[in-house]
Amino acid sequence: MRLRLGSFELDAGLRVGAGQVTALLGPNGAGKTTVLRTLAGLVPLAEGQVVLDGQVLEDTGRRIRVPAERRPVGMVFQDYLLFPHLSALENVAFGLRARGVGRRPARQAAARWLERLGLAAQQSARPAALSGGQQQRVALARALATDPRMLLLDEPLSALDVSIRAEVRHDLRRRLRDFSGVSLLVTHDPLEAIALADHLIVIEKGRVVQAGTPAEVTQHPRSRYVADMVGVNLLRGRMHGDVIEIEGGGRLQVTGTGSGEVLAVIHPSSLSLWRVRPVGSPRNLWSCRVTGLDWLGDRVRIQLGGQPALVAEVTPAAVAELELLEGAEVWVSVKATEVRVYPA
Amino acid sequence: MGRPSARLFNLVVAALAGLGALFFILPLLGLLVQMPWASTLSILANPSVKAALELSLIASLASTALACLLGIPLAWVLARLRFPGKGLLRGITTLPMVLPPVVGGVALLLAFGRRGLVGEPVATATGLGLPFTTPGVIVAEAFVAMPFLVITVEAGLRSMDSRFEEAARTLGASRWTVLWRVTLPLIRPSLAAGAVLAWSRALGEFGATITFAGNFPGTTQTAPLAIYIDLDSGQLPAAVVLSLLMIVVSLAVMVALRGRYLGDG
Repeated sequence: MRLRLGSFELDAGLRVGAGQVTALLGPNGAGKTTVLRTLAGLVPLAEGQVVLDGQVLEDTGRRIRVPAERRPVGMVFQDYLLFPHLSALENVAFGLRARGVGRRPARQAAARWLERLGLAAQQSARPAALSGGQQQRVALARALATDPRMLLLDEPLSALDVSIRAEVRHDLRRRLRDFSGVSLLVTHDPLEAIALADHLIVIEKGRVVQAGTPAEVTQHPRSRYVADMVGVNLLRGRMHGDVIEIEGGGRLQVTGTGSGEVLAVIHPSSLSLWRVRPVGSPRNLWSCRVTGLDWLGDRVRIQLGGQPALVAEVTPAAVAELELLEGAEVWVSVKATEVRVYPA
Repeated sequence: MGRPSARLFNLVVAALAGLGALFFILPLLGLLVQMPWASTLSILANPSVKAALELSLIASLASTALACLLGIPLAWVLARLRFPGKGLLRGITTLPMVLPPVVGGVALLLAFGRRGLVGEPVATATGLGLPFTTPGVIVAEAFVAMPFLVITVEAGLRSMDSRFEEAARTLGASRWTVLWRVTLPLIRPSLAAGAVLAWSRALGEFGATITFAGNFPGTTQTAPLAIYIDLDSGQLPAAVVLSLLMIVVSLAVMVALRGRYLGDG
């Protein structure tokens, strides 16, 4: 899918690949929801075009505009907008019935979707009787039931209780992987974007400031803004007790215990650098080699090769003091309390 | 020093409130006392009385239906669209609520009467006319009743989250489907309340009906008109029976709408 769109607030060219999950990350008010509404056809484009799978959905130059109800697009809204006067089953069947499918086949298809998402028992419940996580799944089923070629998600996790967010995020990632069309989600939460997306687009004040895979963007943020937003160390690994075996080598000691696949997040400024092996051996201590330096405003980001590979953030004064040049060997440490762990 | 003046205050308030209550109670009491309980059934069996009641029922239901047909789209336009002169439009559609009904009747004559703005061309083309016909009654009643429907439905539409309509559109629903399966079900309480209010207003209409549709038994003599005529010609028992019947209906409407428009208790 290829699309370009322009508006008063957002002037962005977005290129989204088939079968991929793309996340649009930016602060609130940056115009992200407007992008979704424009793609859905609820808001007209000021200038530009939207092309999905070769089908032109909108083209201001040629005055073409396919209305929302005829676009092969499904949308999951931030507060789900499940029809309160219909049951979960009727909600999911709505799109099919609206497109002319008969009552029984539509309800049967809807029942299958609800079963697939683990909600078979909640079929006849009204949305008000469902939990946040359940509502989100019904909203997802409702959008997917019409077999869209593009799925749009507006802050899919923000309406959920923090305590269940990780679990729902994990579940959502699985569903999005199973979806064969294009997925585009918008969020202001960097972790949500990193955890769910194959492709990340960071926007600021209506402009695209960086795009790439989550790994690329987090490790090589091109601006202070992106670095602040998303330039963290993201390590995948397997947890046993309070130790994480990092994918690709290295061990990480953390506070708290757990097991299974996890994501560990370490902010670059939490890393301490030493030219000489420190006395008192902190629990997390690695020997690394400086592979690159990025000067970003009043901070410097140091790329460190080793097991694990990390990015640290220090002041220019520290760079001078420690004589951090490419190839220099440094000891890197981080306190167990500075590491945040999430189930993967 | 407060006690005597407090007592005086309480006394005055109680006295005036009592008078106020009597103001409402006495007329009702008067009706109940004068009610010819023995001959009620035979009065109701009287053909002209029956005709008036039937006409009232049919005309009020038809005018409510007309009010819904025209009023719901009007309410939608007022609630959802923005255009110059909207305030004026809203003012005009609300006017019949405060207008003296007989003035409304005159206005209807000037528009739809045989020499009226619209009535004249229609009459010369088809020979048809509204005044002094049953359809005329329906039009007159719709004229006074529709504002109630429009106001209630517009409030309902405003308080409804219109994003539900957007959600329906992203699911592939056409505008008709959105209206029928999402919007109207979501405003059902307002719609019902508006319809009941409109119906009860239509049922009780007198001034506009008698001015525009006249007072012909069987075709345009609704119950309120029948009551007036009976009184005028000295047939008190019939007037009382019809009046009490209408009060019972009004009471039923009040009960149906309690809590929503008229407060609890």
